[in-house]
Amino acid sequence: MSSVLVILETRQGELRPSCLEAVGAARVIADAKGCAVVALAPESANLDAAVIGAAGADQLMVATAEVHSADAAAATAARVAREISANTVLLTATVRGRDITPRIAALLDTGFAPDCTAVDANTMVFTRPICGGKAFSNVRINGDVVVASLRPNFFNAAGREHTAEASEVPSEAAKAQVIEVAAQSGERPDVAEASIVISGGRGMGSPDNWHLLEKVADVIPATGLGASRAIVDSGWRPHSEQVGQTGKTVSPELYIAVGISGAIQHLAGMSSSKVIVAINKDADAPIFKHATYGIVGDALEILPELAAELEK
Amino acid sequence: MEIFSFVKRVPSTTANVEIKDQQLDTSGCEFEINPYDRFAVEEGLRQKEAAGGGTVTAVSFGDDASQKELRTTLAMGADAALLLKNDAADSADAATTAKVIAAAIGERSFDLLLFGKQSVGHDQHGVGAGVATRLGIPCITEVISLDISAGQVTAQRGVEGAVETITASLPCAITCQKGLNEPRLASLKGIMAAKKKPLESVDVEMPALALIVESTQPPAARPAGRIVNNAAELVDALRNEAKVL
Ligand SMILES: Cc1cc2nc3c(=O)[nH]c(=O)nc-3n(C[C@H](O)[C@H](O)[C@H](O)COP(=O)(O)OP(=O)(O)OC[C@H]3O[C@@H](n4cnc5c(N)ncnc54)[C@H](O)[C@@H]3O)c2cc1C
Ligand SMILES: Nc1ncnc2c1ncn2[C@@H]1O[C@H](COP(=O)(O)O)[C@@H](O)[C@H]1O
Repeated sequence: MSSVLVILETRQGELRPSCLEAVGAARVIADAKGCAVVALAPESANLDAAVIGAAGADQLMVATAEVHSADAAAATAARVAREISANTVLLTATVRGRDITPRIAALLDTGFAPDCTAVDANTMVFTRPICGGKAFSNVRINGDVVVASLRPNFFNAAGREHTAEASEVPSEAAKAQVIEVAAQSGERPDVAEASIVISGGRGMGSPDNWHLLEKVADVIPATGLGASRAIVDSGWRPHSEQVGQTGKTVSPELYIAVGISGAIQHLAGMSSSKVIVAINKDADAPIFKHATYGIVGDALEILPELAAELEK
Repeated sequence: MEIFSFVKRVPSTTANVEIKDQQLDTSGCEFEINPYDRFAVEEGLRQKEAAGGGTVTAVSFGDDASQKELRTTLAMGADAALLLKNDAADSADAATTAKVIAAAIGERSFDLLLFGKQSVGHDQHGVGAGVATRLGIPCITEVISLDISAGQVTAQRGVEGAVETITASLPCAITCQKGLNEPRLASLKGIMAAKKKPLESVDVEMPALALIVESTQPPAARPAGRIVNNAAELVDALRNEAKVL
């Protein structure tokens, strides 16, 4: 009996929420194939089998490794994939997920479909953006096992009532190892993972105005803060917040671009967001062509009004 | 220190994307060295200098046109270049490319393999870790700082919301992210010197592709947007129409 294997991402023992979406996608594929979903955390973690089961997994395996190692995680995943005769291995397209995905494919001597935004569970054709979202390709794996990573915010956890059957599995030995994880300050989610993102561009005028953006971010829970490259290059904000071709790719439910012109390289990082709001004083700014809603006006005046409206 | 830096010839990031017969058509594009691979070449030059000697060899799996990008790396300061030549290289996905590169490089001796974190265009983020896995060596991806001393590698990378410090030992593979270094531009002297540097071309076989592209299409058109008058109207639309709040 074959299975769909889904790799759970944990950091310092805690689950990264976006991997529950991959569990949901695994469920859809497994239902089409009439097989089971096995979720594997490749290092030891504090996981709730009811949460993993609700997202769509039948079984939850947690490996024994104490620290993160991409090579050990991949080796453990490939071994489990063989043991359970996995037909498919799914990961999340995060930094760690993108790191492990090609390794699992190499160990299983198969191909992988990176950064997918959709899958047809019957044909196993995956859709993925190329050229920074300027086109989408439909791809298929030529190999015994299908390996794919899924972009956050495109798939849904199953949302059923089920507790996965939990077990512990041994980890493989590590070559490279994470020896320290320094969390960035602040409670805000990373832009790449947030379901709502508000980004500022040169139209914000000065770093002293950033509190206006932060105020809006504070009134909507779980909002990530982003920036255009112009802002990062000026040293106003760290590169970890840059959205775009040379920054992060985001696909939140809601993306609010404030004082951002909408250059092609910025669009490359955010054009697949579900709803896009543009606030810009120039009615001809290219960002408006991509926006679901736009306000033409001075961001410095509109942001406080927006924060006040959101608080209502 | 024996270093290989891997470079790919890619369509310029500013090129327009043309789709013909449901496939990407790059025939009208300008090509350039993948921007992230400049970090890999620069890091090779710096690590060689830090180690007090060795060679930096730039490697590309491509057709003859890739000689141009390899010459660019020689002009930047690489000592030698190696073209793994196959006229169909452009069709290869990351898993297939990793297989070809691992087979070719596995026969040579090296301490450090340097890749870009991704090649722009297909953005697969896969060749570096794939090659390392096939060669059985450690790999650290998306590196923003790299220190090598006495065969020990210490690197940092950004993950969502945190910075990780990772250690490994040589031989090791690294994939390079923006922030690692500032790639140098080729000087006129470098360009002249590059003409005399060795560029070896080796024919390689193309295995069966691991990823088949069935079709390519433009992104789904977004529904036409709407200008609203003020923050109150916007919040109302987000709450009651788009239902994202
Ligand atoms: C290889 C390459 C890679 C790149 N990668 C990225 C990337 O990853 N991410 C990225 O963002 N860019 C990237 N860029 C840069 C990109 O081309 C643009 O230069 C950049 O996105 C512009 O940033 P901006 O929109 O903040 O600034 P601008 O283009 O200067 O736009 C500022 C906008 O603010 C508006 N404005 C001004 N004052 C106000 C006000 N008071 N209220 C409201 N609106 C106002 C203006 O009308 C204007 O539209 C890249 C470029 C290259 C060549
Ligand atoms: N054809 C190729 N020749 C040489 N290096 C390559 C090739 N394709 C990819 N690479 C290297 O692998 C990195 C990651 O590419 P990719 O996995 O395609 O996103 C690139 O930045 C290059 O360093």
